[in-house]
Amino acid sequence: MKTNVFTLPPDAPISEAIKLLNDNHIRHIPIIDKDKKVIGIVSDRDVRDASPSIFTKQVDPKELKNAIKTIMSSPVVTVHPLDFVEEIAAIFYEEEFACVPVVQDDILVGIITEKDMLYTLIQLTGTHVQGSQIEIKVPNRIGILPEVTSIFGKRKVQITSVLVYPYKDDSSYKVLVFRVQTMNPLPIINDLKAHNHHVLWPNTSETE
Amino acid sequence: MMTMNCNATFIYSEEFEKYRFNDDHPFNQTRVAMTKDILESENKLDKEQILLPRKATDEELSLFHDPSYIDAVKRASVGNLTEDEGFEFGLATEDTPIFANMHDAASLLVGGTLTAVDAVLQGKSEHALNLGGGLHHGFKRKASGFCIYNDGAIAIKYIRQKYNLRVLYVDTDAHHGDGVQWAFYDDSEVCTLSIHETGRYLFPGTGNINERGLKAGYGYSFNLPIDAFTEDESFMEVYESAFREVVEYFKPDVIVTQNGADSHSFDPLTHLSSTMKTYEYIPLLAHELAHEYCNGKWIALGGGGYDIWRVVPRAWAQIWNVMTSNKIFTGDLPTDWITKWEGKSPVSLPSTWHDPEGIYKIIPRKAEITEKNRKMLDKALQFTRNKMKFSN
Repeated sequence: MKTNVFTLPPDAPISEAIKLLNDNHIRHIPIIDKDKKVIGIVSDRDVRDASPSIFTKQVDPKELKNAIKTIMSSPVVTVHPLDFVEEIAAIFYEEEFACVPVVQDDILVGIITEKDMLYTLIQLTGTHVQGSQIEIKVPNRIGILPEVTSIFGKRKVQITSVLVYPYKDDSSYKVLVFRVQTMNPLPIINDLKAHNHHVLWPNTSETE
Repeated sequence: MMTMNCNATFIYSEEFEKYRFNDDHPFNQTRVAMTKDILESENKLDKEQILLPRKATDEELSLFHDPSYIDAVKRASVGNLTEDEGFEFGLATEDTPIFANMHDAASLLVGGTLTAVDAVLQGKSEHALNLGGGLHHGFKRKASGFCIYNDGAIAIKYIRQKYNLRVLYVDTDAHHGDGVQWAFYDDSEVCTLSIHETGRYLFPGTGNINERGLKAGYGYSFNLPIDAFTEDESFMEVYESAFREVVEYFKPDVIVTQNGADSHSFDPLTHLSSTMKTYEYIPLLAHELAHEYCNGKWIALGGGGYDIWRVVPRAWAQIWNVMTSNKIFTGDLPTDWITKWEGKSPVSLPSTWHDPEGIYKIIPRKAEITEKNRKMLDKALQFTRNKMKFSN
């Protein structure tokens, strides 16, 4: 989460929100009262809806003098610093919005956006650091993961990330995706094959 | 085709082979000796053209590397570094295991590249070739991808400091030239161009189109990630368009190429489907553009290449032939070379310079791959094209 949050009081004019959005390249502004309690939230789209058309040539449109509280969304869905990333991802998915304020003891302490979520996803996949990718199809049974990872350990190859995917519609298998810090995955692939694991990638021929 | 005979320097020492992690390791400098051999069999390499590499000094190594890392490599060389200490520096791993005297062996490869740089920039020859170098994955304080010291990055720092020239670095290894790219990511006087198999699966995973540089260096880092199973035509199309446009945009004083030979369909570590055609064309274009833009100043390095028997000697010998005569070898390979090496090779050696048709299975997705690579090329060059349009 970001802790440096741009906020506005409920009585600020809409024009001030426009300036804040433009100057800081942000898309959401929590509206807080004197005690830093979140009472509403305004997105760039809310502000745009309240603005006159770009085809009207007013110098100082009166619409933008209205208080921000007249267009803010309320009540606000908020999260807690101890909530998990995946819980917040579920909120974004279900509620179809892209930002939540983080609140502790009713006080605003931070903000999380879709972009933070994507950044975390990249970290989880391990694609931001050097590595090769290996995909293995395994039977969906208890103990399979340590069996496979011990093969990497014996070769002294660092695993950057592990992801587990369903195998098509077949619930009796899973696909394990490893990112490993090696340029030469061949010895590991040979070891995996020697243990009868089905390596999906790297494959040796295009047609396989 | 231009007809010209150029002066060129070939850096070589048998000691290059001391850079050897272990018997099972795919990085094997015997390929340099095999290349020298095949050139001598073809009567294309004279003693006067060969220069011995010097060893890079600690001061030169620290143009790019952290002193604590150099110190760790030195300690590893004499068995004075524990595995746990090594891991922090990427040493004692499966890719870059510790071996005796590794500091000396790695410093010699770097010194070879510096010798090549001096040969060209002090006017001894127009071009120089150090096939012992091109270790582009070395990081400031980390060994990775078979590379201990990054000779390319050190040499470019050396060129900047000693000669103050603008450098274009072109990397045709199948793996992304990450170590060199990050070394100059915020530098507008050094432009890096890397064409490589997409990092979706392949090490090191980076080298995306959108890695364009940072701050002053923005727009001076180019990446062309091509799809797995890319064949000659598409590889050469991407390489030619990008190299021509980037050299015209950047107008370098000197060109440094990294000539990894691991995009060949035989290479065990990658998934591209090039043949010898690609390796004939790569030096021809570099040579042409070095003369057109840099008065010939061109330093070529080795790099990856893990089918050392069937691929690397042929591919690398073409670089030298192009450097000295602007011609490529055709027809049969010298029989004395085949006789000398066939006993050592676990696979049967090729008999001709070109690859015959059908060395790999037909790629069913060829049209799709070609189209995808073209789209990628357009995106990668969009920035340059816009800039050229508005500045002219």
